[in-house]
Amino acid sequence: MSLVSFLKSRLVSTELDEHINRIRKPIGTLGYDPWGYNNETVKYGLSLAKPIYEKYFRTEAQGVDHIPAQGPVLIVGNHSGQLPIDGILIGYALASRTKSPRIPRAMIERFFPTVPWLGNMLNEVGAVLGDPVNCARMLANNEAIIVFPEGVRGSGKLYRDRYKLQRFGPGFMHLAMKYNAAIVPVGVVGCEETIPAIANIKPLAKALGIPYAPLAMPVVLPAKVHLNFGPPMYFDGEDISETQVGERVEQVKTEINRLIDKGLKERKRLF
Amino acid sequence: MTSPTTKQRKPNILVTGAAGSLAQQVIKRLQKTCNLVAVDARTQVPLGDDIPSYCMDLNHRLLEDLFRRYKFDGVIHLGRIRSSQLTRMRRYNANVLGTQNLLDLSQKYGVRRVIVLSTYHVYGAMAYNPALITESAPLKSAGLSADLIDSVELENLASIYLWRYPELNISILRPCNIVGPGVRNTVSSLLASQRAPVLAGFSPMMQFIHIDDMADAIALAYKKPVRGIFNVAPGDWVAYQRALQLCGCTRIPVPSIPPLLPRLILRTLGLRRFPAYLMGFFKYPVVIDGREFENEFGFTAKRPLKEIFHFYKNNKTPL
Repeated sequence: MSLVSFLKSRLVSTELDEHINRIRKPIGTLGYDPWGYNNETVKYGLSLAKPIYEKYFRTEAQGVDHIPAQGPVLIVGNHSGQLPIDGILIGYALASRTKSPRIPRAMIERFFPTVPWLGNMLNEVGAVLGDPVNCARMLANNEAIIVFPEGVRGSGKLYRDRYKLQRFGPGFMHLAMKYNAAIVPVGVVGCEETIPAIANIKPLAKALGIPYAPLAMPVVLPAKVHLNFGPPMYFDGEDISETQVGERVEQVKTEINRLIDKGLKERKRLF
Repeated sequence: MTSPTTKQRKPNILVTGAAGSLAQQVIKRLQKTCNLVAVDARTQVPLGDDIPSYCMDLNHRLLEDLFRRYKFDGVIHLGRIRSSQLTRMRRYNANVLGTQNLLDLSQKYGVRRVIVLSTYHVYGAMAYNPALITESAPLKSAGLSADLIDSVELENLASIYLWRYPELNISILRPCNIVGPGVRNTVSSLLASQRAPVLAGFSPMMQFIHIDDMADAIALAYKKPVRGIFNVAPGDWVAYQRALQLCGCTRIPVPSIPPLLPRLILRTLGLRRFPAYLMGFFKYPVVIDGREFENEFGFTAKRPLKEIFHFYKNNKTPL
Protein backbone atom coordinates (compact mmCIF):
# COMPACT_ATOMS: atom_id res chain seq x y z
CA MET A 1 0.00 0.00 0.00
CA SER A 2 1.50 3.36 -0.98
CA LEU A 3 1.81 6.20 1.51
CA VAL A 4 -0.93 8.18 -0.23
CA SER A 5 -3.44 5.33 -0.13
CA PHE A 6 -2.48 4.57 3.48
CA LEU A 7 -3.09 8.19 4.51
CA LYS A 8 -6.32 8.19 2.56
CA SER A 9 -7.54 5.05 4.29
CA ARG A 10 -6.78 6.61 7.69
CA LEU A 11 -8.20 10.04 6.94
CA VAL A 12 -11.07 9.55 4.54
CA SER A 13 -13.86 7.25 5.64
CA THR A 14 -15.47 4.92 3.10
CA GLU A 15 -18.86 6.61 3.60
CA LEU A 16 -17.39 10.04 2.88
CA ASP A 17 -15.54 8.69 -0.15
CA GLU A 18 -18.77 7.26 -1.57
CA HIS A 19 -20.72 10.37 -0.54
CA ILE A 20 -18.38 12.64 -2.56
CA ASN A 21 -18.23 10.23 -5.51
CA ARG A 22 -22.03 10.38 -5.77
CA ILE A 23 -22.02 14.17 -6.20
CA ARG A 24 -21.78 14.97 -9.88
CA LYS A 25 -19.28 17.69 -10.76
CA PRO A 26 -18.25 19.06 -14.15
CA ILE A 27 -14.63 17.88 -14.01
CA GLY A 28 -12.11 16.76 -16.61
CA THR A 29 -10.57 13.32 -17.13
CA LEU A 30 -7.97 13.83 -14.39
CA GLY A 31 -10.41 15.02 -11.74
CA TYR A 32 -9.76 18.76 -12.08
CA ASP A 33 -12.01 21.60 -13.14
CA PRO A 34 -10.83 24.88 -14.76
CA TRP A 35 -10.51 26.61 -11.37
CA GLY A 36 -8.36 23.88 -9.87
CA TYR A 37 -11.02 21.98 -7.93
CA ASN A 38 -9.91 18.41 -7.32
CA ASN A 39 -12.28 15.63 -6.34
CA GLU A 40 -9.67 13.73 -4.29
CA THR A 41 -8.40 16.75 -2.33
CA VAL A 42 -11.97 17.66 -1.44
CA LYS A 43 -12.29 14.31 0.34
CA TYR A 44 -9.32 15.18 2.56
CA GLY A 45 -10.68 18.68 3.08
CA LEU A 46 -14.08 17.44 4.20
CA SER A 47 -12.52 14.76 6.42
CA LEU A 48 -10.55 17.48 8.21
CA ALA A 49 -13.55 19.82 8.34
CA LYS A 50 -15.82 17.17 9.89
CA PRO A 51 -14.33 17.25 13.45
CA ILE A 52 -14.00 21.04 13.26
CA TYR A 53 -17.67 21.35 12.28
CA GLU A 54 -19.08 18.71 14.61
CA LYS A 55 -16.76 18.65 17.62
CA TYR A 56 -14.93 21.96 17.84
CA PHE A 57 -17.64 24.44 16.90
CA ARG A 58 -20.59 22.02 17.52
CA THR A 59 -22.28 23.67 14.58
CA GLU A 60 -26.05 23.67 14.35
CA ALA A 61 -27.35 24.25 10.83
CA GLN A 62 -31.03 25.00 10.25
CA GLY A 63 -32.69 25.17 6.87
CA VAL A 64 -29.73 23.93 4.82
CA ASP A 65 -32.28 22.21 2.58
CA HIS A 66 -33.39 25.66 1.42
CA ILE A 67 -30.40 25.51 -0.95
CA PRO A 68 -31.81 24.19 -4.25
CA ALA A 69 -30.60 20.73 -5.29
CA GLN A 70 -29.42 22.02 -8.67
CA GLY A 71 -28.95 25.15 -10.72
CA PRO A 72 -26.95 28.31 -10.01
CA VAL A 73 -27.07 29.47 -6.39
CA LEU A 74 -25.42 32.25 -4.43
CA ILE A 75 -25.22 31.52 -0.71
CA VAL A 76 -24.91 34.97 0.81
CA GLY A 77 -23.90 35.39 4.43
CA ASN A 78 -22.42 37.70 7.02
CA HIS A 79 -18.65 37.52 7.23
CA SER A 80 -16.90 37.51 10.58
CA GLY A 81 -14.08 36.21 12.71
CA GLN A 82 -10.82 37.22 10.96
CA LEU A 83 -10.35 33.77 9.37
CA PRO A 84 -12.82 32.33 6.82
CA ILE A 85 -14.10 29.72 9.28
CA ASP A 86 -17.69 30.75 8.45
CA GLY A 87 -17.12 29.79 4.80
CA ILE A 88 -15.74 26.38 5.76
CA LEU A 89 -18.71 25.65 8.06
CA ILE A 90 -21.31 26.75 5.48
CA GLY A 91 -19.53 24.68 2.85
CA TYR A 92 -19.41 21.61 5.06
CA ALA A 93 -23.11 21.97 5.95
CA LEU A 94 -24.04 21.87 2.25
CA ALA A 95 -21.58 19.14 1.23
CA SER A 96 -22.60 16.85 4.09
CA ARG A 97 -26.38 17.24 3.92
CA THR A 98 -28.09 13.92 3.31
CA LYS A 99 -30.60 15.12 0.73
CA SER A 100 -28.93 16.12 -2.57
CA PRO A 101 -25.56 17.32 -1.24
CA ARG A 102 -23.57 19.79 -3.34
CA ILE A 103 -19.92 20.77 -3.34
CA PRO A 104 -20.02 24.53 -2.84
CA ARG A 105 -17.52 26.98 -4.21
CA ALA A 106 -16.24 30.01 -2.32
CA MET A 107 -14.94 33.31 -3.58
CA ILE A 108 -11.69 34.20 -1.81
CA GLU A 109 -9.57 37.32 -1.36
CA ARG A 110 -7.22 38.31 -4.15
CA PHE A 111 -4.34 37.94 -1.74
CA PHE A 112 -4.57 34.13 -1.49
CA PRO A 113 -3.38 33.02 -4.97
CA THR A 114 -0.01 34.67 -4.25
CA VAL A 115 0.57 32.53 -1.14
CA PRO A 116 2.49 29.32 -1.93
CA TRP A 117 0.82 26.02 -1.01
CA LEU A 118 -2.19 27.68 0.61
CA GLY A 119 -3.42 29.24 -2.66
CA ASN A 120 -3.35 25.92 -4.53
CA MET A 121 -4.81 24.03 -1.61
CA LEU A 122 -7.76 26.41 -1.39
CA ASN A 123 -8.32 26.05 -5.14
CA GLU A 124 -8.29 22.28 -4.88
CA VAL A 125 -11.05 22.26 -2.27
CA GLY A 126 -13.23 24.54 -4.38
CA ALA A 127 -12.25 28.08 -3.38
CA VAL A 128 -11.81 30.47 -6.30
CA LEU A 129 -10.26 33.90 -6.75
CA GLY A 130 -13.00 36.43 -6.00
CA ASP A 131 -13.29 37.88 -9.47
CA PRO A 132 -16.70 38.73 -10.96
CA VAL A 133 -15.73 36.93 -14.18
CA ASN A 134 -15.00 33.75 -12.22
CA CYS A 135 -18.29 34.04 -10.37
CA ALA A 136 -20.20 34.55 -13.63
CA ARG A 137 -18.56 31.54 -15.33
CA MET A 138 -19.28 29.34 -12.33
CA LEU A 139 -22.93 30.39 -12.21
CA ALA A 140 -23.11 29.54 -15.91
CA ASN A 141 -21.70 26.14 -14.84
CA ASN A 142 -24.61 25.73 -12.36
CA GLU A 143 -22.41 25.92 -9.28
CA ALA A 144 -23.46 26.84 -5.73
CA ILE A 145 -21.19 29.68 -4.60
CA ILE A 146 -20.63 31.03 -1.10
CA VAL A 147 -20.34 34.82 -1.20
CA PHE A 148 -19.65 37.33 1.53
CA PRO A 149 -20.54 40.70 0.00
CA GLU A 150 -19.00 42.49 2.98
CA GLY A 151 -15.56 41.08 2.04
CA VAL A 152 -12.72 42.09 4.35
CA ARG A 153 -14.93 44.83 5.82
CA GLY A 154 -16.85 42.02 7.49
CA SER A 155 -14.17 39.50 8.40
CA GLY A 156 -11.70 42.14 9.60
CA LYS A 157 -14.07 44.05 11.86
CA LEU A 158 -13.40 44.35 15.57
CA TYR A 159 -15.20 42.55 18.37
CA ARG A 160 -17.04 45.70 19.42
CA ASP A 161 -18.71 45.78 15.98
CA ARG A 162 -19.86 42.15 16.13
CA TYR A 163 -23.07 41.27 14.27
CA LYS A 164 -23.23 44.73 12.68
CA LEU A 165 -23.49 44.14 8.95
CA GLN A 166 -21.02 46.24 6.97
CA ARG A 167 -21.67 47.67 3.50
CA PHE A 168 -22.65 45.02 0.94
CA GLY A 169 -21.07 45.29 -2.51
CA PRO A 170 -23.81 45.05 -5.17
CA GLY A 171 -21.83 42.73 -7.49
CA PHE A 172 -23.55 39.55 -6.26
CA MET A 173 -26.99 40.97 -7.06
CA HIS A 174 -26.00 41.88 -10.63
CA LEU A 175 -24.69 38.36 -11.16
CA ALA A 176 -27.73 36.69 -9.59
CA MET A 177 -30.03 38.73 -11.85
CA LYS A 178 -27.99 38.05 -14.97
CA TYR A 179 -27.67 34.31 -14.44
CA ASN A 180 -31.08 33.80 -12.84
CA ALA A 181 -29.41 32.41 -9.74
CA ALA A 182 -31.21 31.78 -6.46
CA ILE A 183 -29.90 33.77 -3.49
CA VAL A 184 -29.95 31.78 -0.27
CA PRO A 185 -29.32 34.07 2.71
CA VAL A 186 -27.51 32.68 5.72
CA GLY A 187 -27.04 34.19 9.15
CA VAL A 188 -23.85 33.01 10.88
CA VAL A 189 -23.80 33.34 14.66
CA GLY A 190 -20.78 32.33 16.72
CA CYS A 191 -17.88 33.03 14.38
CA GLU A 192 -17.57 36.58 15.76
CA GLU A 193 -16.50 35.02 19.07
CA THR A 194 -13.88 32.66 17.59
CA ILE A 195 -11.12 35.26 17.23
CA PRO A 196 -12.23 38.43 19.02
CA ALA A 197 -9.99 41.27 17.83
CA ILE A 198 -9.62 44.52 19.74
CA ALA A 199 -7.62 46.46 17.16
CA ASN A 200 -6.32 46.32 13.62
CA ILE A 201 -2.59 47.01 13.26
CA LYS A 202 -2.77 48.76 9.90
CA PRO A 203 0.99 49.47 9.40
CA LEU A 204 1.77 45.78 9.99
CA ALA A 205 -0.94 44.73 7.52
CA LYS A 206 0.47 47.15 4.96
CA ALA A 207 4.03 45.91 5.50
CA LEU A 208 2.98 42.27 5.10
CA GLY A 209 0.69 43.01 2.15
CA ILE A 210 -2.33 41.44 3.87
CA PRO A 211 -5.83 42.96 4.18
CA TYR A 212 -5.70 43.39 7.98
CA ALA A 213 -3.60 42.41 11.01
CA PRO A 214 -5.85 41.87 14.03
CA LEU A 215 -4.65 42.34 17.57
CA ALA A 216 -6.12 39.22 19.11
CA MET A 217 -5.25 36.13 21.10
CA PRO A 218 -3.33 33.62 18.94
CA VAL A 219 -6.00 30.96 19.41
CA VAL A 220 -9.32 30.14 17.78
CA LEU A 221 -11.88 29.92 20.58
CA PRO A 222 -14.38 27.05 20.39
CA ALA A 223 -17.52 29.18 20.23
CA LYS A 224 -20.73 27.32 19.35
CA VAL A 225 -21.81 28.22 15.84
CA HIS A 226 -25.38 28.51 14.57
CA LEU A 227 -26.06 28.64 10.85
CA ASN A 228 -29.55 29.73 9.82
CA PHE A 229 -30.34 29.39 6.14
CA GLY A 230 -33.33 31.34 4.83
CA PRO A 231 -35.65 30.46 1.93
CA PRO A 232 -34.19 31.15 -1.53
CA MET A 233 -34.80 34.63 -2.95
CA TYR A 234 -35.22 35.13 -6.69
CA PHE A 235 -34.75 38.41 -8.55
CA ASP A 236 -35.67 38.83 -12.20
CA GLY A 237 -33.09 39.98 -14.70
CA GLU A 238 -34.88 43.14 -15.90
CA ASP A 239 -32.80 46.18 -16.73
CA ILE A 240 -33.07 48.35 -13.61
CA SER A 241 -31.18 51.32 -12.21
CA GLU A 242 -28.32 51.01 -9.76
CA THR A 243 -30.57 52.51 -7.05
CA GLN A 244 -33.11 49.74 -7.56
CA VAL A 245 -30.31 47.15 -7.47
CA GLY A 246 -29.26 48.73 -4.16
CA GLU A 247 -32.80 48.28 -2.85
CA ARG A 248 -32.69 44.59 -3.75
CA VAL A 249 -29.33 44.28 -1.97
CA GLU A 250 -30.97 45.86 1.10
CA GLN A 251 -33.75 43.22 0.95
CA VAL A 252 -31.11 40.47 1.15
CA LYS A 253 -29.29 42.34 3.92
CA THR A 254 -32.53 42.66 5.92
CA GLU A 255 -33.17 38.94 5.57
CA ILE A 256 -29.63 38.12 6.74
CA ASN A 257 -30.13 40.46 9.72
CA ARG A 258 -33.34 38.60 10.56
CA LEU A 259 -31.50 35.26 10.39
CA ILE A 260 -28.67 36.60 12.60
CA ASP A 261 -31.22 37.81 15.17
CA LYS A 262 -32.88 34.38 15.06
CA GLY A 263 -29.52 32.73 15.74
CA LEU A 264 -28.70 35.13 18.56
CA LYS A 265 -32.07 34.44 20.20
CA GLU A 266 -31.60 30.67 19.88
CA ARG A 267 -28.11 30.78 21.30
CA LYS A 268 -28.07 29.69 24.95
CA ARG A 269 -24.40 30.40 25.69
CA LEU A 270 -21.28 31.53 23.84
CA PHE A 271 -19.28 28.29 24.14
CA MET B 1 -16.15 35.93 -51.15
CA THR B 2 -15.17 32.64 -52.70
CA SER B 3 -14.56 29.76 -50.38
CA PRO B 4 -11.26 28.00 -51.09
CA THR B 5 -12.98 24.64 -51.02
CA THR B 6 -15.42 25.50 -53.80
CA LYS B 7 -12.71 26.30 -56.36
CA GLN B 8 -12.25 23.97 -59.31
CA ARG B 9 -8.48 23.72 -59.04
CA LYS B 10 -6.62 22.79 -55.89
CA PRO B 11 -5.92 25.89 -53.81
CA ASN B 12 -2.32 27.05 -53.50
CA ILE B 13 -1.25 27.52 -49.90
CA LEU B 14 1.89 28.96 -48.39
CA VAL B 15 2.90 27.34 -45.09
CA THR B 16 5.49 29.18 -43.02
CA GLY B 17 7.60 27.64 -40.28
CA ALA B 18 7.66 24.43 -42.29
CA ALA B 19 10.54 22.87 -40.35
CA GLY B 20 8.48 22.72 -37.18
CA SER B 21 6.68 19.51 -36.28
CA LEU B 22 3.29 21.24 -36.18
CA ALA B 23 3.72 22.55 -39.74
CA GLN B 24 4.72 19.07 -40.91
CA GLN B 25 1.52 17.64 -39.44
CA VAL B 26 -0.54 20.39 -41.08
CA ILE B 27 1.18 19.73 -44.42
CA LYS B 28 0.40 16.03 -44.08
CA ARG B 29 -3.30 16.83 -43.61
CA LEU B 30 -3.56 19.29 -46.49
CA GLN B 31 -1.23 17.88 -49.13
CA LYS B 32 -3.86 15.76 -50.85
CA THR B 33 -6.37 18.54 -51.30
CA CYS B 34 -4.07 21.56 -51.73
CA ASN B 35 -0.94 22.60 -53.60
CA LEU B 36 1.45 23.51 -50.81
CA VAL B 37 4.56 25.66 -50.76
CA ALA B 38 6.72 25.49 -47.64
CA VAL B 39 8.93 28.23 -46.25
CA ASP B 40 11.15 28.20 -43.20
CA ALA B 41 13.72 30.71 -42.00
CA ARG B 42 15.86 28.04 -40.38
CA THR B 43 16.36 25.35 -42.98
CA GLN B 44 15.15 24.05 -46.32
CA VAL B 45 12.87 21.18 -45.40
CA PRO B 46 12.85 18.18 -47.75
CA LEU B 47 9.14 17.57 -48.42
CA GLY B 48 9.25 15.51 -51.61
CA ASP B 49 8.73 16.48 -55.22
CA ASP B 50 5.19 17.74 -54.84
CA ILE B 51 5.89 20.44 -52.27
CA PRO B 52 8.38 23.18 -53.19
CA SER B 53 10.33 24.12 -50.07
CA TYR B 54 12.36 27.27 -49.47
CA CYS B 55 14.71 28.47 -46.76
CA MET B 56 13.77 32.11 -46.54
CA ASP B 57 13.30 34.86 -44.01
CA LEU B 58 9.82 36.44 -44.13
CA ASN B 59 11.48 39.84 -44.57
CA HIS B 60 13.36 38.65 -47.65
CA ARG B 61 12.55 40.35 -50.95
CA LEU B 62 12.38 36.98 -52.70
CA LEU B 63 9.22 36.19 -50.75
CA GLU B 64 7.31 38.39 -53.18
CA ASP B 65 8.54 36.23 -56.06
CA LEU B 66 6.88 33.24 -54.42
CA PHE B 67 3.59 35.16 -54.30
CA ARG B 68 4.00 36.12 -57.96
CA ARG B 69 4.84 32.61 -59.07
CA TYR B 70 2.38 30.53 -57.07
CA LYS B 71 -0.61 32.91 -56.83
CA PHE B 72 -1.47 31.78 -53.33
CA ASP B 73 -5.10 31.38 -52.29
CA GLY B 74 -4.23 30.94 -48.65
CA VAL B 75 -1.45 31.45 -46.14
CA ILE B 76 -0.94 29.39 -42.98
CA HIS B 77 1.49 31.35 -40.87
CA LEU B 78 3.03 29.01 -38.31
CA GLY B 79 6.55 30.49 -38.48
CA ARG B 80 6.42 32.31 -35.19
CA ILE B 81 9.69 32.31 -33.33
CA ARG B 82 9.06 31.25 -29.77
CA SER B 83 9.98 33.45 -26.84
CA SER B 84 12.73 31.03 -25.82
CA GLN B 85 14.56 31.46 -29.13
CA LEU B 86 16.95 34.13 -30.44
CA THR B 87 17.23 37.66 -29.07
CA ARG B 88 14.38 40.11 -28.48
CA MET B 89 15.41 42.24 -31.46
CA ARG B 90 15.66 39.31 -33.87
CA ARG B 91 12.35 37.93 -32.65
CA TYR B 92 10.74 41.32 -33.17
CA ASN B 93 12.13 41.50 -36.71
CA ALA B 94 11.01 38.00 -37.58
CA ASN B 95 7.67 37.87 -35.76
CA VAL B 96 6.39 41.39 -36.17
CA LEU B 97 8.07 42.88 -39.22
CA GLY B 98 8.19 39.52 -41.02
CA THR B 99 4.49 38.97 -40.40
CA GLN B 100 3.71 42.48 -41.61
CA ASN B 101 5.56 41.79 -44.85
CA LEU B 102 3.71 38.49 -45.23
CA LEU B 103 0.31 40.13 -44.67
CA ASP B 104 1.13 43.03 -47.00
CA LEU B 105 2.03 40.58 -49.76
CA SER B 106 -1.09 38.50 -49.03
CA GLN B 107 -3.20 41.61 -49.47
CA LYS B 108 -1.36 42.69 -52.61
CA TYR B 109 -1.67 39.29 -54.30
CA GLY B 110 -5.30 38.61 -53.43
CA VAL B 111 -4.96 35.87 -50.80
CA ARG B 112 -8.42 34.86 -49.53
CA ARG B 113 -7.63 32.97 -46.33
CA VAL B 114 -4.95 33.56 -43.68
CA ILE B 115 -4.38 31.55 -40.51
CA VAL B 116 -2.02 33.10 -37.96
CA LEU B 117 -0.71 30.97 -35.12
CA SER B 118 -0.41 32.91 -31.88
CA THR B 119 -0.16 31.62 -28.31
CA TYR B 120 -2.08 31.76 -25.05
CA HIS B 121 0.98 33.47 -23.56
CA VAL B 122 -0.42 36.77 -24.86
CA TYR B 123 -2.95 36.84 -21.98
CA GLY B 124 -0.11 36.99 -19.46
CA ALA B 125 0.20 35.02 -16.24
CA MET B 126 -0.86 36.89 -13.14
CA ALA B 127 -2.45 36.07 -9.81
CA TYR B 128 -5.70 37.85 -10.69
CA ASN B 129 -6.49 35.94 -13.87
CA PRO B 130 -9.98 34.46 -13.89
CA ALA B 131 -10.32 30.96 -15.32
CA LEU B 132 -11.76 30.24 -18.78
CA ILE B 133 -10.38 33.42 -20.35
CA THR B 134 -12.28 34.35 -23.49
CA GLU B 135 -10.89 35.91 -26.65
CA SER B 136 -12.03 39.40 -25.68
CA ALA B 137 -9.91 39.50 -22.50
CA PRO B 138 -7.11 42.10 -22.43
CA LEU B 139 -3.62 40.96 -23.43
CA LYS B 140 -1.57 41.62 -20.34
CA SER B 141 1.66 39.83 -21.12
CA ALA B 142 3.40 42.80 -22.75
CA GLY B 143 3.15 44.64 -19.44
CA LEU B 144 4.50 41.67 -17.52
CA SER B 145 7.53 40.73 -19.58
CA ALA B 146 9.46 42.50 -22.32
CA ASP B 147 10.29 39.07 -23.76
CA LEU B 148 6.67 38.51 -24.73
CA ILE B 149 6.13 41.88 -26.43
CA ASP B 150 6.72 40.44 -29.90
CA SER B 151 3.99 37.84 -29.37
CA VAL B 152 1.48 40.55 -28.46
CA GLU B 153 2.66 42.84 -31.26
CA LEU B 154 2.25 40.02 -33.78
CA GLU B 155 -1.35 39.62 -32.62
CA ASN B 156 -2.05 43.34 -32.69
CA LEU B 157 -0.72 43.54 -36.20
CA ALA B 158 -2.78 40.58 -37.36
CA SER B 159 -5.87 42.13 -35.70
CA ILE B 160 -5.32 45.42 -37.55
CA TYR B 161 -5.11 43.57 -40.87
CA LEU B 162 -8.13 41.48 -39.88
CA TRP B 163 -10.32 44.60 -39.74
CA ARG B 164 -8.62 46.69 -42.39
CA TYR B 165 -8.60 43.97 -45.05
CA PRO B 166 -11.64 41.75 -44.40
CA GLU B 167 -11.08 40.03 -47.76
CA LEU B 168 -7.96 38.36 -46.30
CA ASN B 169 -10.26 36.38 -43.94
CA ILE B 170 -7.70 36.30 -41.15
CA SER B 171 -8.16 33.89 -38.27
CA ILE B 172 -5.82 34.19 -35.32
CA LEU B 173 -5.49 31.00 -33.27
CA ARG B 174 -4.36 31.16 -29.65
CA PRO B 175 -3.62 27.58 -28.62
CA CYS B 176 -2.81 26.39 -25.10
CA ASN B 177 0.41 24.38 -24.56
CA ILE B 178 1.05 22.32 -27.70
CA VAL B 179 2.68 19.03 -26.74
CA GLY B 180 3.36 15.61 -28.19
CA PRO B 181 5.90 13.83 -30.39
CA GLY B 182 8.44 16.14 -31.97
CA VAL B 183 7.35 19.31 -30.16
CA ARG B 184 10.34 21.24 -28.87
CA ASN B 185 8.75 24.12 -26.98
CA THR B 186 9.43 24.95 -23.34
CA VAL B 187 6.65 22.94 -21.75
CA SER B 188 7.22 19.90 -23.97
CA SER B 189 10.92 19.86 -23.01
CA LEU B 190 9.91 20.02 -19.36
CA LEU B 191 7.48 17.12 -19.64
CA ALA B 192 10.08 15.11 -21.54
CA SER B 193 12.86 15.68 -19.01
CA GLN B 194 13.84 13.42 -16.12
CA ARG B 195 13.90 16.28 -13.66
CA ALA B 196 11.82 19.41 -14.01
CA PRO B 197 11.94 22.59 -11.94
CA VAL B 198 8.80 23.77 -10.19
CA LEU B 199 8.17 26.87 -8.11
CA ALA B 200 7.76 25.59 -4.55
CA GLY B 201 4.13 25.75 -3.48
CA PHE B 202 2.75 26.68 -6.89
CA SER B 203 1.04 24.26 -9.23
CA PRO B 204 -1.14 26.27 -11.60
CA MET B 205 -3.86 24.73 -13.73
CA MET B 206 -2.70 24.08 -17.27
CA GLN B 207 -4.18 22.94 -20.55
CA PHE B 208 -2.43 20.81 -23.12
CA ILE B 209 -3.32 20.07 -26.71
CA HIS B 210 -1.80 17.18 -28.64
CA ILE B 211 0.11 18.26 -31.75
CA ASP B 212 -2.13 16.05 -33.92
CA ASP B 213 -5.24 17.73 -32.51
CA MET B 214 -3.71 21.16 -33.12
CA ALA B 215 -2.87 20.20 -36.70
CA ASP B 216 -6.48 19.01 -37.13
CA ALA B 217 -7.67 22.35 -35.73
CA ILE B 218 -5.55 24.35 -38.19
CA ALA B 219 -6.64 22.21 -41.16
CA LEU B 220 -10.26 22.59 -40.07
CA ALA B 221 -9.91 26.34 -39.60
CA TYR B 222 -8.38 26.74 -43.05
CA LYS B 223 -11.37 25.11 -44.68
CA LYS B 224 -13.94 27.46 -43.16
CA PRO B 225 -13.11 31.10 -43.86
CA VAL B 226 -14.44 32.68 -40.69
CA ARG B 227 -12.59 35.79 -39.58
CA GLY B 228 -11.74 36.26 -35.94
CA ILE B 229 -9.63 35.42 -32.96
CA PHE B 230 -10.04 32.01 -31.38
CA ASN B 231 -8.63 30.21 -28.36
CA VAL B 232 -7.84 26.59 -29.08
CA ALA B 233 -7.90 24.37 -26.00
CA PRO B 234 -9.64 21.14 -25.07
CA GLY B 235 -12.06 21.15 -22.14
CA ASP B 236 -9.72 19.31 -19.82
CA TRP B 237 -7.39 20.66 -17.15
CA VAL B 238 -4.58 19.49 -14.92
CA ALA B 239 -2.28 21.07 -12.33
CA TYR B 240 1.30 21.55 -13.57
CA GLN B 241 2.95 19.48 -10.86
CA ARG B 242 0.42 16.67 -11.33
CA ALA B 243 1.20 16.68 -15.05
CA LEU B 244 4.91 16.32 -14.27
CA GLN B 245 4.15 13.41 -11.94
CA LEU B 246 2.08 11.69 -14.62
CA CYS B 247 4.97 12.14 -17.08
CA GLY B 248 7.35 10.49 -14.61
CA CYS B 249 9.39 13.66 -13.92
CA THR B 250 11.15 14.26 -10.64
CA ARG B 251 10.14 17.70 -9.43
CA ILE B 252 12.93 20.04 -8.33
CA PRO B 253 11.44 22.86 -6.22
CA VAL B 254 12.84 26.36 -6.72
CA PRO B 255 12.23 28.73 -3.75
CA SER B 256 9.26 30.87 -4.72
CA ILE B 257 9.07 33.66 -2.16
CA PRO B 258 9.87 36.51 -2.11
CA PRO B 259 9.17 36.74 -5.88
CA LEU B 260 12.56 38.32 -6.54
CA LEU B 261 14.35 35.18 -5.38
CA PRO B 262 13.12 32.71 -8.05
CA ARG B 263 13.65 35.35 -10.73
CA LEU B 264 17.25 35.80 -9.59
CA ILE B 265 17.84 32.04 -9.40
CA LEU B 266 16.35 31.37 -12.84
CA ARG B 267 18.24 34.25 -14.45
CA THR B 268 21.48 32.95 -12.95
CA LEU B 269 20.81 29.40 -14.06
CA GLY B 270 19.66 30.55 -17.50
CA LEU B 271 17.72 27.32 -18.14
CA ARG B 272 16.26 27.36 -21.62
CA ARG B 273 13.37 25.13 -20.66
CA PHE B 274 12.49 27.18 -17.58
CA PRO B 275 13.26 30.83 -18.47
CA ALA B 276 12.74 33.59 -15.89
CA TYR B 277 10.25 35.52 -18.05
CA LEU B 278 7.94 32.50 -18.34
CA MET B 279 8.07 32.00 -14.57
CA GLY B 280 4.59 33.47 -14.16
CA PHE B 281 3.11 30.65 -16.27
CA PHE B 282 4.46 28.11 -13.75
CA LYS B 283 3.06 30.13 -10.86
CA TYR B 284 -0.36 31.41 -11.88
CA PRO B 285 -2.99 29.77 -14.07
CA VAL B 286 -3.85 30.98 -17.55
CA VAL B 287 -6.85 28.81 -18.36
CA ILE B 288 -8.46 29.69 -21.67
CA ASP B 289 -11.92 28.93 -22.99
CA GLY B 290 -11.77 27.07 -26.31
CA ARG B 291 -15.52 26.62 -26.76
CA GLU B 292 -15.95 29.42 -29.30
CA PHE B 293 -13.54 27.68 -31.69
CA GLU B 294 -15.14 24.29 -31.07
CA ASN B 295 -18.60 25.63 -31.85
CA GLU B 296 -17.58 27.67 -34.88
CA PHE B 297 -15.46 25.02 -36.58
CA GLY B 298 -16.96 21.83 -35.15
CA PHE B 299 -13.66 20.89 -33.53
CA THR B 300 -13.16 18.29 -30.81
CA ALA B 301 -9.79 17.28 -29.41
CA LYS B 302 -9.42 13.53 -29.73
CA ARG B 303 -6.26 12.76 -27.75
CA PRO B 304 -6.87 12.70 -23.98
CA LEU B 305 -4.39 14.05 -21.43
CA LYS B 306 -3.62 10.55 -20.19
CA GLU B 307 -2.43 9.52 -23.64
CA ILE B 308 -0.22 12.62 -23.92
CA PHE B 309 1.40 12.06 -20.51
CA HIS B 310 1.79 8.35 -21.22
CA PHE B 311 3.82 9.25 -24.29
CA TYR B 312 6.17 11.48 -22.29
CA LYS B 313 6.53 8.88 -19.55
CA ASN B 314 7.52 6.19 -22.04
CA ASN B 315 9.86 8.40 -24.05
CA LYS B 316 12.18 9.97 -21.51
CA THR B 317 15.27 11.46 -23.07
CA PRO B 318 18.41 9.68 -21.81
CA LEU B 319 20.53 11.59 -19.31
